[in-house]
Amino acid sequence: MISPDSVVFWQFGPLALSATLVYTWALMLLLVLGSWLVTRRLSTGVELSAWQNLLEVVVGAIRDQIREVSRQPPDPYLPFVGSLFIFIAASNLLAVIPGYLPPTASLSTTTALAIVVFIAVPVFGVAREGVGAYLKHYLRPSIFMLPFNLIGEVSRTVALAVRLYGNIMSGAVIAALLLSLVPFFVPVVMQMFGMLIGMVQAYIFAVLAMVYIASATVVRRDGTAAAGEPGEGSSTGEENG
Amino acid sequence: MDEATLIGVASVVTAGLTIAIGSIAPAIGEGRAVAQALAAIAQQPDASGTITRTLFVGLAMVESTAIYCFVVSLILLFANPFWEQAIARAGG
Repeated sequence: MISPDSVVFWQFGPLALSATLVYTWALMLLLVLGSWLVTRRLSTGVELSAWQNLLEVVVGAIRDQIREVSRQPPDPYLPFVGSLFIFIAASNLLAVIPGYLPPTASLSTTTALAIVVFIAVPVFGVAREGVGAYLKHYLRPSIFMLPFNLIGEVSRTVALAVRLYGNIMSGAVIAALLLSLVPFFVPVVMQMFGMLIGMVQAYIFAVLAMVYIASATVVRRDGTAAAGEPGEGSSTGEENG
Repeated sequence: MDEATLIGVASVVTAGLTIAIGSIAPAIGEGRAVAQALAAIAQQPDASGTITRTLFVGLAMVESTAIYCFVVSLILLFANPFWEQAIARAGG
C-alpha cells in the first residue's frame, strides 16, 4: 500500500522527512506564493488580470456557499473555511502530476485538519456567544442528551478525518492496482474520476466544517433573539446540523 | 494449519465480507437519497442549489459508514495486528 507517510526522503535519527511533509510544504509554498503574486497588483478598474479574475471567482463562490450554509455573514468564517477548501482541493487536484502523492491520502494530514475543525468549532462558538451560552448547546434539547452530544462531537471529528483519508487513499490504491492490471487507457479514466472525487471531498469537508461551526454559533432566535442578522427572512430558527 | 495461517485466512475472508456487506446498505441509502433529490429537483428546479448541497452533505454522512468498512478491511489486509503478533511469536 502506497502511503505518503511510508515514503521517506531524508532521515536523521527519529526525525523522518516523509513525502507527506514535503508535499504539504510544497503545496503551502505554492498556494502562498500564488496568492501573494496575484494579490500584489490588484486593480479595481474594468481591466482585470486573468489571475485576479480567477481568484475573485473562487473567493466569491466560497463566500456565497458560506452565506447559504450558515445563514450568517460570511466574513468571519471565510479565512478558515476557504483555506481548508483551497488546501484540500489543491492537494487532491495535483494528484494528476506524476510522482506527486497527495498529502490528504495520509491519515496524519486528515486527522490534523479534522482536529483543527474540532478546535475551531468551540472557538467560533465562544467568540460569538460567550462561554456559558456555548456550553448550553450541549444541554439541548435536555440534559439527558449531554453524553450523546459529547459522543457526537468526537465521532464526527473521526468521521471527518477518515472520510477524506478513505476517499483519497482509495483513489490512489485503485489507480495503482489498475496500473498493474490494465496499464493502457483505463487509469486515465480513473484519474479523472479521482479528480472529481477530490473536488467533491474538498467541498464536503469545507461544508461540513461550516455546518459544525454554524450549529455552534447559531443564535437562539425564539423570542429574545440576540442581534439578528440583516437579510434574515422567515427561515430563521432552524438548525444547520 | 498453524496459527498464522488461520489468522491469515480469517482476515482475508472477513475483509472481503466486511467490504461486501458494508457497502450494500450505504449503496441502497445513497440510491434512495439521489432518487428523492432528483424527484425534488424535477418538481422545484429553482431550489436545485439548496437540494444539491444538502444532498452532497447527506451523501457524505451516509457514505462514511461504507468508508469505515473500507478502512477496517484495509487494516485487516495490510496492517493486521493479530497477524503481526502471531508472526512475531513464531519468529521469536
